[in-house]
Amino acid sequence: MLDVAVIGCGIVGANVAYLLSQHKLRAAVFEKENDVSMGTTRANSAIVHAGYDPEPGTAMARLNVRGSALTKEQCAAFDVKYRQIGSLVLAFSDEEMATVRRLYENGVANGVPGVRVLTREETLAMEPNLSDAVCGALYAPSAAIVEPWDLALALAEAAVENGVELHLETAVTGAEKISGGWRLHTAKGDFEARAVVNAAGVEADLVAAMAGEPGFTTIPSRGEYYLLDKSQGYVVNHVVFQCPNRDGKGVLVSPTVHYNLIVGPNAEPSGREDVSTQADALAFVREKAVKSVPGVNFRENIRNFAGVRANTDQSDFIIGETAPGFITLGGIKSPGLSSAPAIAEDALALVAGAGVALEKKESFVHTRTKKRFNEMTPQQKAEAIRENPLYGRVICRCETVTEGEIVDALHRPIPPRTIDGVKRRCTAGMGRCQGGFCGPRVHEIIARELGISQQDVLKDRAGSYIITGTTKEGGLHHGE
Amino acid sequence: MENNRYDVIVIGAGPAGLAAAEAAHKGGAGRILLLERDNTLGGILNQCIHNGFGLHYFKEELTGPEYAGRFIELVRKTNVEVKTDTMVLAVTPEKRVHAVNEKDGYIVLEAASIVLCMGCRERTRGAISIPGARPAGVFTAGAAQRYLNIEGYMVGHRVVILGSGDIGLIMARRMTLEGAKVLACVEVMPYSGGLTRNIVQCLHDYNIPLYLSHTVTKIEGEGRLTGVTVQQVDENRAPVPGTEMHFDCDTLLLSVGLIPENELSGGAGVEMDRRHNGPMVYENMETSVPGIFAAGNVVHVHDLVDFVTGESQRAGAAAARFARQGPAPEGRVLEVENGASVTYTVPGKIRLANVDKAVEIFFRVNRVCGNSVIRVMAGSEQLAAYKREHLAPGEMERISVPRVLLEKADGCITVSVEEA
Amino acid sequence: MANIICIVCPKGCRLAVDENTLAVTGNGCPRGAEYGKNELTHPVRVVTSTVRVEGAGICRCPVKTAGSVPKEKMFAVMDALDSVCLHAPVHCGDVALADVCGTGVDVVATRELPAAE
Repeated sequence: MLDVAVIGCGIVGANVAYLLSQHKLRAAVFEKENDVSMGTTRANSAIVHAGYDPEPGTAMARLNVRGSALTKEQCAAFDVKYRQIGSLVLAFSDEEMATVRRLYENGVANGVPGVRVLTREETLAMEPNLSDAVCGALYAPSAAIVEPWDLALALAEAAVENGVELHLETAVTGAEKISGGWRLHTAKGDFEARAVVNAAGVEADLVAAMAGEPGFTTIPSRGEYYLLDKSQGYVVNHVVFQCPNRDGKGVLVSPTVHYNLIVGPNAEPSGREDVSTQADALAFVREKAVKSVPGVNFRENIRNFAGVRANTDQSDFIIGETAPGFITLGGIKSPGLSSAPAIAEDALALVAGAGVALEKKESFVHTRTKKRFNEMTPQQKAEAIRENPLYGRVICRCETVTEGEIVDALHRPIPPRTIDGVKRRCTAGMGRCQGGFCGPRVHEIIARELGISQQDVLKDRAGSYIITGTTKEGGLHHGE
Repeated sequence: MENNRYDVIVIGAGPAGLAAAEAAHKGGAGRILLLERDNTLGGILNQCIHNGFGLHYFKEELTGPEYAGRFIELVRKTNVEVKTDTMVLAVTPEKRVHAVNEKDGYIVLEAASIVLCMGCRERTRGAISIPGARPAGVFTAGAAQRYLNIEGYMVGHRVVILGSGDIGLIMARRMTLEGAKVLACVEVMPYSGGLTRNIVQCLHDYNIPLYLSHTVTKIEGEGRLTGVTVQQVDENRAPVPGTEMHFDCDTLLLSVGLIPENELSGGAGVEMDRRHNGPMVYENMETSVPGIFAAGNVVHVHDLVDFVTGESQRAGAAAARFARQGPAPEGRVLEVENGASVTYTVPGKIRLANVDKAVEIFFRVNRVCGNSVIRVMAGSEQLAAYKREHLAPGEMERISVPRVLLEKADGCITVSVEEA
Repeated sequence: MANIICIVCPKGCRLAVDENTLAVTGNGCPRGAEYGKNELTHPVRVVTSTVRVEGAGICRCPVKTAGSVPKEKMFAVMDALDSVCLHAPVHCGDVALADVCGTGVDVVATRELPAAE
């Protein structure tokens, strides 16, 4: 019997797994997709929020502020890309300036370091490319941008290196109370655990319902984005928000950790798994964005994507026991990414409360270093190639990613098995040609390193086959 | 320590780089180095297995690999040094080339002159923001072409092609011949961007319908593509409600434009010309940085490889001359402006002292024109006029303007097209 | 009446060819009339494709029919190529398949492929 079973390996599940792995207990993570970070974790604004948005006194406020501070430490320890660029919430009217001042008060009450209200002149001095119509802004220097899927991966890999079992493509289909714990029914058989932590994101209510009364309902809310070429990355220096509204934090314009520009999201009701983009939503995002930054050149767009928020019928995070020993982390919408390490701490306290002894190990993996060829100096590049000649073969031209890095990733504790899995780990395919050049080459390398046929290499999720066969096999339609 | 100093370094060994390297050799350059990122010479021509190449240059109809092979042969007969599997990371304004490969590691090379021949890349789905899901099965036409022709893989069974430029048309035929069913070719403009012979031999031959003034407005599919929605567009290229057509397909090939690949050019401090998205070049293909030349698709995207060869030979010869003699005489510079119905011209500037008998000017029109006159004007004075029966945006035009006529101009000439 | 586009030169004249008399209208020059007639009586095409190759590092060699073949035999030619396998070194012009489908036309390699180390 496991001590703890974690359901879901996004940023929350990975944080929980990592904390568990620091203790002498047997834990496993069950993830329904073929990789970690496959849900909302990989499709969001990638912002570590300063913490002035949540209402003071809520769990969200406490967890946002603590989580953001922990995230910064984690990124340093695990060599995850993180840039503390600060954020601005713009006001375009007196009414909005009142909102900005309210957020300032929130920030002070929540203990957010360094928040202050800027005048119009100060705002424009900080961001020359903003609209002239801006009246002022809330400035929060502690806000940061991050690479969320890599952070979750780094934590999950550390957990695995520390002994946590990771079961991919293992959806949990049911839960049954048994003596001393729970029996989880999964796509790959039954597993028993003394305690369960439900970190199933958008489906946390459905998973909770397997064990008892969830007490909440997920109301999925999709947000769509533009990701623009690095040539637009200079357009703003901070995360630039508009005043929040009923639906969320509104459309932002921000640099990314890779020096691209990200614009979005909107908020619209959606299916739980529907991450498709819509023409009208994308048009809405553009229209809103140019209100803040009129000069964004959307002809430089390289990709659109969407993510689904785990909004619920409640305003705060929902952290508690659905049933004895079945802990649910529900409604982890924004600022979920920022709060994740702190949410995991709360989860561990509940795990202990369920009777699982938490005895800390003397030592455990708590760091990671990552070789990024495109960030190396010429001397470092030369050395990397001397050490491993595969670092001398550039595979992704746009991002300057070498075969050495791709091969190394394929032999990590949680290896990628798909084109996009390699993309998330190495950034090969994230550039302006979007994998047009490197795709076939990455495809070949994956097949070779994993010892599988190229036809079995998927692009991303289950069913995303790339090639259908070889040529010269005789076709289906001759002259039809 | 290896001697890393060269007279001429050519970056890219596709048709542009091969022609430039050979011309530099003919032009008397001593040490010439040709750098290529792939493991073989020939560039994109290796995957262009169809014919239609070389009608102008060789007066023969060759396939892409055959055309490349002719120039590979020529280069092999010279003492041009070749490094394959080598990626250039940077070109500096001081004409240093930083590159990496497995064997040599990280190398820094110096050259008296450099010829940029990096070619172009394909526009992607994101560039046109096609809404919908993001399943597998959406390929740029060139990437699919690589899978089929070099690696020997089929990418799908039921295909829709977006874009009627030559790459899209060629892949319509190629996929059909290899057993796929191509359901439609969809083109957002009211005319096709490809050569007429390709419309006939790639679409008509296989009864593949061509939908002009249409575009893909939605992509569907979870893991793999299952279908697309195609709609008519109005004069502003906005989708017209109520005109939706649905195609069940597992493959969408995108042939929606090519962009010169100028990452390296930027770092070299070369002035770019937004009108053709490549370096501004003078009459001899020299960029704004003395001693750095550019030719081929990296300057402006071509339709005929024969024209690539011509301008690359000009660049290579000029690069050799620069290495031997230094900068070209400056003197009077004419700016070349694009006038009515003309999108851009190459060259963008002409140094009269450097012109022998005539200057070849390449340009594209921005709309289909019937019987027309191409006029080269110096202010209100006409320097030269050329008659054409038919011009189209998808067919680059070439005129030769004698030097004696250009000498009458002062500061600026304009190339324009007037339909009769 | 067959409506086709002439491809002899870039003008692309729209031809109308009478299926019975083979009279051609719409052509801008005599070559167009010839093309129009041929397209209806015995249309021909050059077929370009790839064949399997071994020992070359890559596994496909580009090929073409050395001349035109009857248009109606294009797919038969494609089928015939499925069973061809060349062995490196391959030289440009090497015959990959002689007299393909009884057309009298050879299929030849169009790329130099040295033997891989």
